[in-house]
Amino acid sequence: MNKLVAWIDQRFPLTQFVKQELTEYPTPRNLSYLWNFGSLAALVLVLQVITGIFLAMHYKADAKLAFDSVEHIMRDVNYGWLIRYMHSTGASAFFIVIYIHMARTLYYGSFRKPRELMWWSGQGLLILLMATAFMGYLLPWGQMSYWGAQVITNLFRATPFIGDQVVIWLRGDFSVGDATLTRFFALHYLFPFIIIAAVGFHMVALHYVKSSNPSGINLQAKDNIPFHPYYTIKDFFGFGVFLIIYFVFVFYSPNTFIEADNYIPADPLQTPAHIVPEWYFLPFYAILRAIPDLFGGVVAMALSIIIFAVLPYLDRSKIPGGARYRPFYRLLFVVFSIDVVVLSYVGAKPPEGGLILVGQIATFMYFALFTALPAISIYEEKWLRRRGLPPEVEELITAEENQRDIREGKTQS
Amino acid sequence: MLKKEKSDVKNPTRRDFLTTATGAVAGAGLVGACWPFIQSMNPTMDVLSKATTEVDLGVIKPGESKTVEWQGKPVFILHRTDKQIDEMRASNGGKDPIEDEKRVDVPNWLVVVGLCTHLGCVPSRKEEGWLCPCHGSVYDNSGRILKGPAPTNLERPPYQFLSESKILIGNNKV
Ligand code: FES
Repeated sequence: MNKLVAWIDQRFPLTQFVKQELTEYPTPRNLSYLWNFGSLAALVLVLQVITGIFLAMHYKADAKLAFDSVEHIMRDVNYGWLIRYMHSTGASAFFIVIYIHMARTLYYGSFRKPRELMWWSGQGLLILLMATAFMGYLLPWGQMSYWGAQVITNLFRATPFIGDQVVIWLRGDFSVGDATLTRFFALHYLFPFIIIAAVGFHMVALHYVKSSNPSGINLQAKDNIPFHPYYTIKDFFGFGVFLIIYFVFVFYSPNTFIEADNYIPADPLQTPAHIVPEWYFLPFYAILRAIPDLFGGVVAMALSIIIFAVLPYLDRSKIPGGARYRPFYRLLFVVFSIDVVVLSYVGAKPPEGGLILVGQIATFMYFALFTALPAISIYEEKWLRRRGLPPEVEELITAEENQRDIREGKTQS
Repeated sequence: MLKKEKSDVKNPTRRDFLTTATGAVAGAGLVGACWPFIQSMNPTMDVLSKATTEVDLGVIKPGESKTVEWQGKPVFILHRTDKQIDEMRASNGGKDPIEDEKRVDVPNWLVVVGLCTHLGCVPSRKEEGWLCPCHGSVYDNSGRILKGPAPTNLERPPYQFLSESKILIGNNKV
């Protein structure tokens, strides 16, 4: 064995890699369980890819066969029900894990310098995940699948000038049809591999800038511990807890995340009385509907996802870290979270009466919070300084400023 | 070696030109190569060949409406009563105003694509017109938008009367 490793080491940096990225990879010792969700997301990704490949062995991407082939998987294929429910539950699990992962990043300010590229690649991953989930949702060819795809592809009508052509091109037909189903299947199979590549980028960036931690400052070497065994064990513990919850849903309540209407085969001539997107799209759907104009609604919805990209620049405070030591930022975070919950609720209900107004106010709040962040973070810094910063923080900020001055060649001495 | 250096020194823009020309040809080739792939995603011949639908109007009684499929989309055919015609003639619609005369070829027969112009749900039939279940757009018996998020009236497909009681929806060419 040792010989084999030595043989490989001469040709490929195996031992070095394991040492550098695992057994000696320095990780802050103060990470809470909220730092488990990155590795959890990787676990769910693996689960989805494996179950997906086995489903594809029995699924038929044809408008006439798709619905029945899913029922065939559920009834005739050995353990088909298990694999299918793991895959459908896994989609929701993926979003729960990712949203918690994002919320942690927001709360602790982990997106701030020097982790902007992690934040942006993560955002790209979110968009890829959304696209993959959306296309996968069409495959069972039920009523919700069909009308969800119909409505979302219709959003592209908002493309200036060539809107109608774009929609027909996307669908390969005048309305969602067989051509749409086949291409969604092809892309639903492809996208996870793009996601894996993007995860690779995310990991390279992570191992370069290293993990953030609850304190929001970069720890000294003595406050780091090797990833293995401390965090491998912690991540595995997280896997265990996650899998218990996940399988409770898979075994006892697999239809929690599946709309009942999706057990009716797709009917292009009949829209279900009340169509709702999957729960993980609800806030964005509410924003889409809040604007009583197709183009405006689509722009607002796209913006509501893209706007996260500028966060590192909106947060103008020099105080390192996120909500933990910054009361105003914490308040913003709480209000934002509540706002997203309100939007989800509005998105799930039919747009009637007072709810329309609630949706519009919540949409306004959503964007207002982002817009207010620069001013609030600057004011917060002044406020914190007036009450006196701990000398260590003071020191950190000056050190940071000095470094920048040196980089820009502005040393006064 | 010496010769090359000399020519470079003498005529440095010559190399720029070659680089640009190579880049331009390769770029144009790449863009051109994308074209068949992009086109392959457009509706196929067999989809296009189903582009027309013939409908027998005889079975639709006055006041009733029928939904037929055209290009995979629902098309509403409403046999309007005289009362409905009078009502529609009296109004001009809502957000997207137009006279009723322009919405029909023959006053008794309203033919519109049954997809909400907002996000494409199928509105359901009501006495006074149609109501979209998705975000609550309301259309009248002329297919005109009265209220809700839909921006325009229900679309009028191309159609022609083949005889008194038969229509052909769609153009023969697409
Ligand atoms: S699709 Fe009809 S109102 Fe939105």
